[in-house]
Amino acid sequence: MTEDVSANDSPKDSAKTEAPAVAADLPLLRIDGVTKRFGGFTAVDKLSLDIRAGEFFALLGPSGCGKTTLLRMLAGFETPDAGKILLGGKDIAQVLPHQRPLNMMFQNYALFPHLSVRDNIAFGLKRAGMPRHEIAIRVAEMVALVRIEGLEKRKPDQLSGGQKQRVALARSLARRPQVLLLDEPLAALDKKLRESTQTELTELQRRLGMTFIIVTHDQEEAMTVASRIGVMDCGRLEQVATPRQLYEAPASRWIAEFVGDINMLEGQVESSEDHRLTISTRDAGTIVAAEPRQPLTKTTICVAVRPEKVKLSRRGPVSDGAGAIPINRLEGVVTEVNYLGGVTTYKVKLDTGAVLRASMANTVRLDMDAYNASQRVTAWFTPDDCVVLEQ
Amino acid sequence: MSARRIFARPAQFAAIAPYLWMLLFFLVPFGFVLKISLSQTAIAQPPYLPVFDLTAGWPALKAALSELSLDNFKLLLTDSLYVLSYLRSIVVALVSTAILLLIGYPIAYGMARLPRRWQSVAMMLVIVPFWTSFLIRIYAWINILQHDGLLNKTLLALHIVSAPVVWLSTDSAMYLGIVYSYLPFMILPLYATLAKLDPSLLEAAADLGASQARAFWLVTFPLSLPGVAAGVLLCFIPIVGEFVIPDLLAGSDSMMIGQTLWLEFFTNKDWPVASAAAVVLLILLLAPLLIYDRLQRRQLEAR
Repeated sequence: MTEDVSANDSPKDSAKTEAPAVAADLPLLRIDGVTKRFGGFTAVDKLSLDIRAGEFFALLGPSGCGKTTLLRMLAGFETPDAGKILLGGKDIAQVLPHQRPLNMMFQNYALFPHLSVRDNIAFGLKRAGMPRHEIAIRVAEMVALVRIEGLEKRKPDQLSGGQKQRVALARSLARRPQVLLLDEPLAALDKKLRESTQTELTELQRRLGMTFIIVTHDQEEAMTVASRIGVMDCGRLEQVATPRQLYEAPASRWIAEFVGDINMLEGQVESSEDHRLTISTRDAGTIVAAEPRQPLTKTTICVAVRPEKVKLSRRGPVSDGAGAIPINRLEGVVTEVNYLGGVTTYKVKLDTGAVLRASMANTVRLDMDAYNASQRVTAWFTPDDCVVLEQ
Repeated sequence: MSARRIFARPAQFAAIAPYLWMLLFFLVPFGFVLKISLSQTAIAQPPYLPVFDLTAGWPALKAALSELSLDNFKLLLTDSLYVLSYLRSIVVALVSTAILLLIGYPIAYGMARLPRRWQSVAMMLVIVPFWTSFLIRIYAWINILQHDGLLNKTLLALHIVSAPVVWLSTDSAMYLGIVYSYLPFMILPLYATLAKLDPSLLEAAADLGASQARAFWLVTFPLSLPGVAAGVLLCFIPIVGEFVIPDLLAGSDSMMIGQTLWLEFFTNKDWPVASAAAVVLLILLLAPLLIYDRLQRRQLEAR
């Protein structure tokens, strides 16, 4: 999962977006203190966020966190109660949806059932008053872009789920919006199709150099497609970071638990020296962890370790050289083994009481050394594998 | 197949029940009407000839059959009284249906856009007139529209008119009565299609640059056409054959085919001509039904 991050470092292709030149210091889209209430419920709470031109940004969060409301405010279907939405420096918070240079791809695709694929794609172009021959050219271009050649005359009812998704994408891209908003665009597809479409979406965004904002509740999807992710909860942004930062350096316990699997060991900081904290945990003994960059304000903390960072061995690992790294060794018994193909996950009941989850890649086909339930093992990880989080 | 075996398979019975119903209450009576329409009027009991007597044997029946003729239909087509009645019926039905659509569409559209809990209230308000007998409601209109009725009294009290206006026994009163009576039949199918409309389609239209008015004409209206067709047919067909409303509210100078039919049947005791008029009316009304059926089938095929 973490390997995908490297792809985002590659340079963006020459952008052929029609976005106007934006002053270098100003992002393409600035959301500034935006609040939206429905009755007594605050869906989006004084939220601020900058999105740069050419970025693929994901809004990730559990259902009801306000991510869709935020997207709908960008599209103009909801009006913020407070705050500004600056697009290229101009406040569009009160502009009607049909006058905004943004387009949205809807979760249910919202294709017009009485219009053919061609007319669906041309709908926005006709409204923009584009000459007929140019519309034909643009529609053909879009059809080729999402690879739905031959389906132009069909009605949405005659398309498969994947084809509908492509038509919806082509329709929302046809006007070449400054920002494309995608509301759970792949939620209705089955797993295999979803995965291949994610890759295509990333590729498409790179090729067009357009700014994409996607809303999703699926963290794998967010990590696959986006270069930056904003995690939302209760109408607020909890963290805005690259996928790798989000996973390896979560800003809070909530994020650590929301994104991926993690072991949480609560404890007290006993001492700190040489950028290492010695922590006595409630049910996993003493653990040495790397000191976080942000100085701690409390001594009651938790140590978070991702399952794949926890290694298992029959005997305790030998540290390389005397006193090089103080490895955390925790003795216990394997209680559960789940073979998932690429990885196997284990649950280890420590002698000190905690249950630790570990996962290991199945790198060899015939593994004679696989661990069995009720086997005694040593679970170990280095201080750098630990993330220290305040409660 | 014995009755017991039919009821032992409820699914099969359910499948043939509508056809059985059609056979018993439509096709058989229609057969009688068709036969009478081919007969000649007579001062007898029943008032037409020939009468089929199945006990008299085959030759007698054959003789009776040879007496049947199309004379009544020829009369219908040549006598301007009937042609004009048909024309008036169709014109009245067309005009009424157009008015109904113009009034019913905005009401149904408004209903579909109400908050959910108000939609059922609005629905009740549309249906509530059915709680009172149709005839009583038409008589109530007579009461309101007559010379010293509620309408004239109100207009006089408000000094809008200086003398009572003649409302009753005019075409306006008839149209008022028809539109009033048939409005629920226009609103309900329209409301059903408009309420089903996915609101995200309108958002998509707005997102793609269509103003609210454009979105209505480009998305809402075309998608509500099945409801429009259902409402139009549900109103047009019974209005063509309407008898009570024109009889009670319209003037006596021109008649709709329902009134002519009644006159032939009860006043002139000419059952054969009345039957022929009914058969022609049925054939006239089959045309829009077939068109609707074909449209619906095409829509199903498109899926």
